Amino acid sequence: MLDNLQLLFVWAPIINVQVILEGIFVGAVFALSAYGLALVWGVMNIKNLAQGDFVIMGGYMAFSLHSMHVPLPLILVLVVPTMFIFGWIIYVVMIRRIIDQDMFVSLLATFGLSLLMQQVMNIFYGPEVQTIDMELPVYDAFDGFVTIPASKIISLVMAGIMAFAVIVFMKKSRLGQSIRATAQDPRAARVLGINTDRVYAFTFAFNAALCGAAGVLVSIIWVIQPFYGITYSVRSFAIVTAAGLGNMPGVIAAGFGIGLFEKYVGVIIGTAYEVAAPVSILLMVLIWRQIQMKRNRQVVK
Amino acid sequence: MSDTQKKFLPYILLGLLGIFGPILFPNYTLSIAYLWMMILMASTWDLLGGQMGYNSLGNITFFGVGMYVSAIVQISFFYEGGVGEYTSAMGSIKPVFTDYEYFAGLFWGVIAAGIASLVLCLIFSSFMFGLRGPYFAIGSLGLAIAAAELTITIDYVGGASGIQMPLFPGEIEFRSTFFYIICFVFTIVAHFLLRWIYSTQFGLAINAIRDDEDKAEAMGIPTLTYKRIGWCIAAVFMGMIGAVAGNMAGFIDKEVAYPIPTFGIFMVAMALLGGKGTLWGPVIGAILFHVVKEATWTYLLNLQWVALGLILIVNIVYFQQGIMGWLQTKFPEMFGITVDSSSRDNVKGG
Amino acid sequence: MKHITIKTMVAGAAVAASLAFAGSALAKVEGDTIILGSSISLTGKYATNGLHTQRGYDYAVKIINAAGGVKVGGKSYKLAVKYYDDESTPARGAQLAERLIQQDGVEYMLGPYSSGMTKAIAPVSEKFGVPMVEAEGASRSLFTQGYKYLFAVLSTSEQYLATAIDFAAAKAGNASDVRVAMAFEGDPFSMDVRAGVVDKINEYGMKVVIDDQLPADLSDMSTTLTKVKALKPDILVVSGHSKGAATAARQIDEMKINVDMIALTHCEAAKVQEKFPNASTGFLCPTQWVESLSKSDALFGSAAEWNAGFKADYPSYTSVPYQSAQASAAVLVFAKAFEAANSFDKDKVRDAIAAVEMETFYGDIKFSSAGNNIAKPMFMRQIGADGSYALVESADQMAFPRKVSY
Repeated sequence: MLDNLQLLFVWAPIINVQVILEGIFVGAVFALSAYGLALVWGVMNIKNLAQGDFVIMGGYMAFSLHSMHVPLPLILVLVVPTMFIFGWIIYVVMIRRIIDQDMFVSLLATFGLSLLMQQVMNIFYGPEVQTIDMELPVYDAFDGFVTIPASKIISLVMAGIMAFAVIVFMKKSRLGQSIRATAQDPRAARVLGINTDRVYAFTFAFNAALCGAAGVLVSIIWVIQPFYGITYSVRSFAIVTAAGLGNMPGVIAAGFGIGLFEKYVGVIIGTAYEVAAPVSILLMVLIWRQIQMKRNRQVVK
Repeated sequence: MSDTQKKFLPYILLGLLGIFGPILFPNYTLSIAYLWMMILMASTWDLLGGQMGYNSLGNITFFGVGMYVSAIVQISFFYEGGVGEYTSAMGSIKPVFTDYEYFAGLFWGVIAAGIASLVLCLIFSSFMFGLRGPYFAIGSLGLAIAAAELTITIDYVGGASGIQMPLFPGEIEFRSTFFYIICFVFTIVAHFLLRWIYSTQFGLAINAIRDDEDKAEAMGIPTLTYKRIGWCIAAVFMGMIGAVAGNMAGFIDKEVAYPIPTFGIFMVAMALLGGKGTLWGPVIGAILFHVVKEATWTYLLNLQWVALGLILIVNIVYFQQGIMGWLQTKFPEMFGITVDSSSRDNVKGG
Repeated sequence: MKHITIKTMVAGAAVAASLAFAGSALAKVEGDTIILGSSISLTGKYATNGLHTQRGYDYAVKIINAAGGVKVGGKSYKLAVKYYDDESTPARGAQLAERLIQQDGVEYMLGPYSSGMTKAIAPVSEKFGVPMVEAEGASRSLFTQGYKYLFAVLSTSEQYLATAIDFAAAKAGNASDVRVAMAFEGDPFSMDVRAGVVDKINEYGMKVVIDDQLPADLSDMSTTLTKVKALKPDILVVSGHSKGAATAARQIDEMKINVDMIALTHCEAAKVQEKFPNASTGFLCPTQWVESLSKSDALFGSAAEWNAGFKADYPSYTSVPYQSAQASAAVLVFAKAFEAANSFDKDKVRDAIAAVEMETFYGDIKFSSAGNNIAKPMFMRQIGADGSYALVESADQMAFPRKVSY
């Protein structure tokens, strides 16, 4: 561990740039898959354990389209609305009935959905690891020490655009305001004439679409496999929990923060701890919150 | 049939299954043993989850810790080199244990597993119980994942290579029966312990915690202590059965010890399926779930998970109170609940 | 209905359900078919290779049956395999091994995928005295347990990347000057491969500059590669199943890594050459078998002929993974053993397997007393700039150093 610290700060400080970049890229994609979860959790109080599987599904769609030689922008244009429709269908068939229920019910129901989706993808695509090589250029700096593949830049830009778009949408648009109203007080919203069912359906479908976009990015940056969804689900939960519900900028910051933390832990302490890292942040945040709330004799709800 | 006889019938039936199952169907001994294990997991989960309202997704942590602790005890007690040497030899050392050594090691291993789980639970309790609802659930899931990831970085217990457990001395039929009996006994003990607990003031108190914790606290119930007790009971059983499961599997690694996306969640699903917050709910849920899983595994091969996912969804979305809950609503008289027919409120299914 | 509680009903249902299962018992030989049992990972993390293995078994069974099957006691028998999905979990594997043996009456087993699964199942087959020929569990710790009924046709895992270290030593002026960077996934197989590498490193007195354990659930090794860029090792070795190979190839491409020697396992299974043709140039890939191998047998022909026949049946493969080849070889061993023993008695079959000494399309097979194949070496291949896998038999044959322009 000491060696690694020396490496970072004494021998080759330039690699900090690469580590930071990697952390940001990772964080951006996770943040993207977390926005939707924050929305769904905040508005509908549904904890969607199938979040990661939506991501992987988007990735597979991208993979299929790519093997039909569809160019990247068109892939996005096709995947996002398709996932939106898929999310709407899932809402109508399943989620609608568990909206008012015990929160645990949503966890379990979506777990069942997760199982189902994983297996269906396994049956269709096989269990092999897949990845898309878009053959995009790679830029380097500092004499090759720092490399930035265009695919990751695209993903960062996309994550940024979507974050911005979501925030603007929620603040300015009619539908966005309806969603926020429903989140605050569903009954009042209904009294005021908002069709809460529509709002919920839209929110869930929107979540699916966001995950789909994240999935496209995942398939061009990393690899996908039917059973990798759980990783993204857990990270999304960690990010949303750390940021707090309804705090969109917080989700973005948390996404980046966790991504950076993960990579630094990997360099300093060892790659074996890279999965434990975001989980430990989650625990630390929860403990910290508890300590804070204890002062007011309250609990973390 | 008289009332008391009615009450005993399920016990008699399950007792018959328990005692005669492996005799009549020796090929299914291990399968039924896992059934008892499932019942144990679901029942102990429900103590904290259904009865107390703290839904934990991380009870499997104790299962894994118990498994590893038992392995350490079993190997280091009688092999002079200790666990470190055994694991770093990467399989080239094969310790030979006498019968006595094996069973003594197993005995102490299980006890050590229980103690380790208890200690761990007390530690966790100090920082987990300020969380409510979803935060407790996700926090406990985080504990399980962290435990799994961190365990494989410890070379002493074999790191990512896992540990080969000592070989069972004796014929394989004996081995299956032996572990079967242990699982069965643990489950019986747990069940009756829980039954007794639910009939005491403690049982009422934890239900109060579930229904409204602040009021319960205000009424003077020492909520933190009771929560600790509840979780630690579950933890001890999970740890001990984990130790047994490790020996049944014969080889321990991260996936065997911390099956988070499978057993970790199954125990919750089983309790929910049968009806959480009831004594028999988890039992029924576990039986049904296990039977369905075994059936789909035998006949559907790789479609089994599709079937399981569907069943889970259908159950939860369309059939939430679980079987016990549904029955309590339909036939409240069976459970000794009298319904005032003038104000026909739905009886809560737990 | 009122006097029977639901608890009773369900308890009764459980008993009844178990009665329903007490039906199907397969004998080891049904009519004119010999049943081989196999636990295969059809779901879970080993599903990819479980599939390659299953296909290898199926293909061999098909060819053997088409050629007239197996002759025992003057009569011809067909082979058939009964599969169960072990879900890539050892506990499940052990359970279903027992089911195959006790309930289905299987007396001959084909091995599962991965050492972890084999470690869980071997004690079961051993206790029942059921001979198991396995093709996918390469851990040497399987063969130190004193098992009499376990046989493996493949080379053990610590040999996978050991040759790469040998080559590095040969190319260096002074072997102990070599600086090694290694990254292994945190699972039993990769750890075994690492053990072999570490043994060689200690033998030569080399220095280890990076020793990373990659989490199984992570598909990102940028941290390791960043350190590689900073520390400039002489050789990089990676082992992490198909996912590890795919991730490594992609990120080596993206991070423009140039190390004099890069060796990784599972290149073919991860299709690194198809996906990353530029970056994968110069990769050293160990393989249990090469399709250009100049070995052959009466049933499958030469390695090339087996390869062609297999590809014809499974056209999705551009390059056939060795997992399939060794699976077919395992079935071949059984076929040979049945005929040599001229009996179905499992102990006689076991002894016949132990005595097998033959050349096959897969390579030579001869089992040591511990059960592993001592006649077949591990082969090292290198991906050339033209995309082909070239056999490298000594350090001089290798293209060195690896210099790729990105």
